[in-house]
Amino acid sequence: MAVITQHGQIPDLEETQGRSLWQDAARRLRRNRASVASMIILATIALLAVFGPLLSPHPYDELAWDAMGVAPDFERSFWFGTDTLGRDLFVRTMYGARVSLMVGIIATFVSLLIGVAYGAIAGFVGGRVDAVMMRTVDILYSLPFLFFVILLMVIFGRNLFLIFVAIGAIQWLTMARIVRGQTLSLKRKEFIEAAHAAGVSPMTIIRRHIAPNVIGPVIVYATLTVPEVMLTESFLSFLGLGVQEPLTSWGALISDGVKNMETRPWMLLFPAAFLAVTLFCLNFIGDGLRDALDPKDR
Amino acid sequence: MLSYTLRRLLGAIPTLFLIITIAFFIMRLTPGGPFDRERPIPPEIEKNLLAAYDLDKPLLVQYFKYMGDILQGDFGPSFKIHDFSVAELIAINLPASIKLGGYALVLAVLIGIPLGSIAALRQNSWIDYTVMGVAMTGIAVPNFVIAPILTLVLGVYLGLLPVGTWGGGSLRNLVLPTIALALPQIAFIARLMRGSMVEVLRSNYIRTARAKGLTERIVLSRHAVKAALLPVVSYLGPAAAGLMTGSVVIETIFGIPGIGRYFVSSALNRDYTLVMGVVITYGAAVILFNLLVDLVYGFLDPKVRYD
Repeated sequence: MAVITQHGQIPDLEETQGRSLWQDAARRLRRNRASVASMIILATIALLAVFGPLLSPHPYDELAWDAMGVAPDFERSFWFGTDTLGRDLFVRTMYGARVSLMVGIIATFVSLLIGVAYGAIAGFVGGRVDAVMMRTVDILYSLPFLFFVILLMVIFGRNLFLIFVAIGAIQWLTMARIVRGQTLSLKRKEFIEAAHAAGVSPMTIIRRHIAPNVIGPVIVYATLTVPEVMLTESFLSFLGLGVQEPLTSWGALISDGVKNMETRPWMLLFPAAFLAVTLFCLNFIGDGLRDALDPKDR
Repeated sequence: MLSYTLRRLLGAIPTLFLIITIAFFIMRLTPGGPFDRERPIPPEIEKNLLAAYDLDKPLLVQYFKYMGDILQGDFGPSFKIHDFSVAELIAINLPASIKLGGYALVLAVLIGIPLGSIAALRQNSWIDYTVMGVAMTGIAVPNFVIAPILTLVLGVYLGLLPVGTWGGGSLRNLVLPTIALALPQIAFIARLMRGSMVEVLRSNYIRTARAKGLTERIVLSRHAVKAALLPVVSYLGPAAAGLMTGSVVIETIFGIPGIGRYFVSSALNRDYTLVMGVVITYGAAVILFNLLVDLVYGFLDPKVRYD
């Protein structure tokens, strides 16, 4: 607390300013060792995805006729070996990382946009509008997800970017529910009422009180949506519906690897390990964020 | 509770109606048709084919005719799988999916819930970290990687279990696909259960129960587990619907004659009637299991009333 100094002056009160919600959360996140390690690993994988192909002398679609399906060979700089067509697996795994990570980010962003807007409107407006909107979500939940993805992919003719958007356009249902629930319960909280009573303008209430409280769960759920979307993409690639040759994704590489796993296990091992580690990290970060942002857990 | 169940079942009719309508129009507005071939068929034959299936009529007329047929229990013939009606295809293939999905669900519940509870009771111990690490692996390694590896190791190298055949659904043939299908579910359930159990154990009524001097066993079995099960139960509704209507990947890898395969093949083939058949089956399963979930809630949560 403020201590009167030798000269009888009260020190500047700014010094004892409290920590904000975000500073608190960041401190708690930094203390979560699993999350911090996951972030470092994930950053490494992302850097590898961007710069990795530059390290190797092989382009991702080069066919080495004299080295088809060879095991990891450092002399010829096939660090992860080659696939059955003689393409370097290291470079292909890195290209796969680009596609898989991009799917995760873009699709999650799309689902975030739709879900937050939809949920916020339903929650704020309330009443009959809310009832109809949430009933629609219930009905969409009862439709098989896969069926939609396949049809959207057919409609969009295998355009890579639109595949990402299509996956995101289907993942927003849970996000909408979360945002709607948060808005609805916040609207009736005493501190919002107190702000109203104190004459704070509605815009300021949304900015200062509602937004920070909704953003927490949204960030957490978004972090957990990324691995889910990546899994969906790899699953579609496994079924042969994802990206087209010679471009590749982790799912497509794994699908190839499974076919050759008895004779050429490295074809499965490397892409599967990269996918699993990435999903691992994203889940740990999501859990860490949830713990860090949970206001009940002080 | 009976009247509640009846009311919910009645309420399911408009929901199903909307599901059918949405699926019908989305499917029809998708480019392509059931008679598209690599080599185009002569126009006269195509015309006759379309006329035979009423596909030459306006879309709305087809829609009302389809709705009328469904009300009489007629789901039409499959466009691609000749000589079979959609109803027959589903009746033949659904039992295998239900059987496999049922086993996987039971396995997932029996393993996932105790695992999650133990992790929560020993929070932040090595047991907790091990259980959650394994659960995370179950989520992070996709099904289509685990299934072939299991097959290769247990089936081919060790020769313990039969590989790649359904064998009429005998128990030995079911082991591998059941494990592969259940693993991610075990992982999800364990994580959910741990999360909610941790929260419940911190709540006031658990402290009260302990303060009353109840033994730890009664505190857990009477109070904690019941409340902690709620989020798991609501997850199980949609999960059960998904499991019982089959998984494309598992059915393809293990050669299982279920309906999961049709979710992909019928949409790709524009087999309009079969698409509608599987969509309706899935929708009905979701509605049914969500109703079951709400009924189970009544047993677990004393605050829930059916009126």
